[in-house]
Amino acid sequence: MALSSEQLDRYSRHIILKEVGLRGQKKLMQAKVLIIGAGGLGSPAAMYLAAAGVGTIGIADADEVDLSNLQRQILHATADVGKPKVDSARETIAALNPDVTVICHHLFVSAANVMELIEPYDFVIDGTDNFAAKFLINDACVLAGKPFSHAGIIRFHGQLMTYVPGRGPCYRCVFRQPPPKDAVPTCREAGVIGAMAGVIGCMQALEAVKYIVGVGDLLTGRLLTFDALDMEVRPISLPENPDCPVCGKHPTILQPFDEGVVECDLK
Amino acid sequence: MKILISGKPAEAEDGITILQLMEREQVETPQYVTVAVNNAFIPMDRYACYALQEGDAVEFLYYTGGGCDGAEQ
Ligand SMILES: [Zn+2]
Repeated sequence: MALSSEQLDRYSRHIILKEVGLRGQKKLMQAKVLIIGAGGLGSPAAMYLAAAGVGTIGIADADEVDLSNLQRQILHATADVGKPKVDSARETIAALNPDVTVICHHLFVSAANVMELIEPYDFVIDGTDNFAAKFLINDACVLAGKPFSHAGIIRFHGQLMTYVPGRGPCYRCVFRQPPPKDAVPTCREAGVIGAMAGVIGCMQALEAVKYIVGVGDLLTGRLLTFDALDMEVRPISLPENPDCPVCGKHPTILQPFDEGVVECDLK
Repeated sequence: MKILISGKPAEAEDGITILQLMEREQVETPQYVTVAVNNAFIPMDRYACYALQEGDAVEFLYYTGGGCDGAEQ
């Protein structure tokens, strides 16, 4: 694969980095990243990955753009209100970098479609807003042996961790099961500072880039927390959990399931 | 005794339990917070009886949703 003179120019600030170089840039251009949720986290992640020249970006989202999204979901503009987020995302990415192939998945991620959805991709970014989806994505990625970035944001707080098979705990190792509905505050009720989505979503893009290029230390076995009010960033070391029901020694979750549906059976 | 809470040095009464510390620190929804002491997860049913010791490093890990905020899936 040879880069055109335009591509050499476009990606010159990557290529000049000794950690990336022409080799790393080519890896990015051949990589496939799936972003689930074209919202607060997915927006900056998608835009930086597109700008970086990631060859294929999948966008999975069932929603339409709402006016209240625009405070932080920078893939979408005022004129996009009412439009499917996947369409708005494709247009924004196409305008930013025509090198990128965008694959739109206009759907809710569910147990029925998640394995097929993630299968073609090298790395998955969880930019969803609800715990059922976060646990589903975790389980599917663990079962499929797929690396992914988990993140969450609320108020002035954000956190993220990276799962790579065999290199540390998964999300379910840390949080056993989704909290009951309305037990913990959500962004909708508690609010979130828009730029927090930018910070954490960009960090998810960074993890994807590092994984693809193969440099640095990923957030495997660590939960990075960021508190914007006192500007404190802390990577918290995460222990292994041999009792984890999906990645532990004796797993009981052998296929993805929709949390809400079988919640009663688990108790 | 001296302990570490989220990486910061703090004073705590001898024998304070995880649950008492969570109450003192006004941890939101303690029943949904994962606790690690000295880089080991503590089962939730032990929060009320697990007594911390001098030098223990306590971490509170919170469920954090958010990110997309579209319709409920
Ligand atoms: Zn696990």
